[in-house]
Amino acid sequence: KEEMGVTKEQVESSLTSKLKPSHLEVIDTSGGWCGASFAIEIVSEQFEGKRLLERHRIVNGALEEEMKQIHALSIKKALTPEQWKQQQESKKI
Amino acid sequence: FRCFSSALTPDLKNALDKVVTSNKVVLFMKGTKDFPQCGFSNTVVQILNSLNVPFETINILDNEMLRLGLKEYSNWPTFPQLYIEGEFFGGCDITVEAFENGQLQELLEKAMCS
Repeated sequence: KEEMGVTKEQVESSLTSKLKPSHLEVIDTSGGWCGASFAIEIVSEQFEGKRLLERHRIVNGALEEEMKQIHALSIKKALTPEQWKQQQESKKI
Repeated sequence: FRCFSSALTPDLKNALDKVVTSNKVVLFMKGTKDFPQCGFSNTVVQILNSLNVPFETINILDNEMLRLGLKEYSNWPTFPQLYIEGEFFGGCDITVEAFENGQLQELLEKAMCS
């Protein structure tokens, strides 16, 4: 059946192999009502020099197979390592 | 039911070109602006309402070919999909982020005055 199948682990493994993230967090937000959904925070060098829309397209592309079964993908953060470092440091202050 | 060929027929592409260029703001969503049928679509409707901008909504749940064809047309796999002045702007996350940092207001203002 169509709704079966995509797990958090699958999403993580596709993103890890395709985007080589230095930080990755995948949260399963399915919770029932609309279907499989995930929230993602990802840090990758591949986002360097790319606008937000392009970064999201890269993430969507990496999950092309999974997207057929995912209802919603919420990309909370798609940062370069440099941006991530700055964010982490500003949190400490 | 399996569909191996493209859902984006030339006719559908022409129709979509027309819809997104003849309205300044178009939202392809699940449900309608008065009755959104998914939280993500609802979020974008609420943002556009709060900005007081006129916008068209098209319910992709009404038409399976439209739903499939739009994914190709926008090269974007999920809904909602927001178009501003004929250009794909983004889905829910991008719209929320642009709303929070003020870029959406700026862009819409420009679109409304052009």
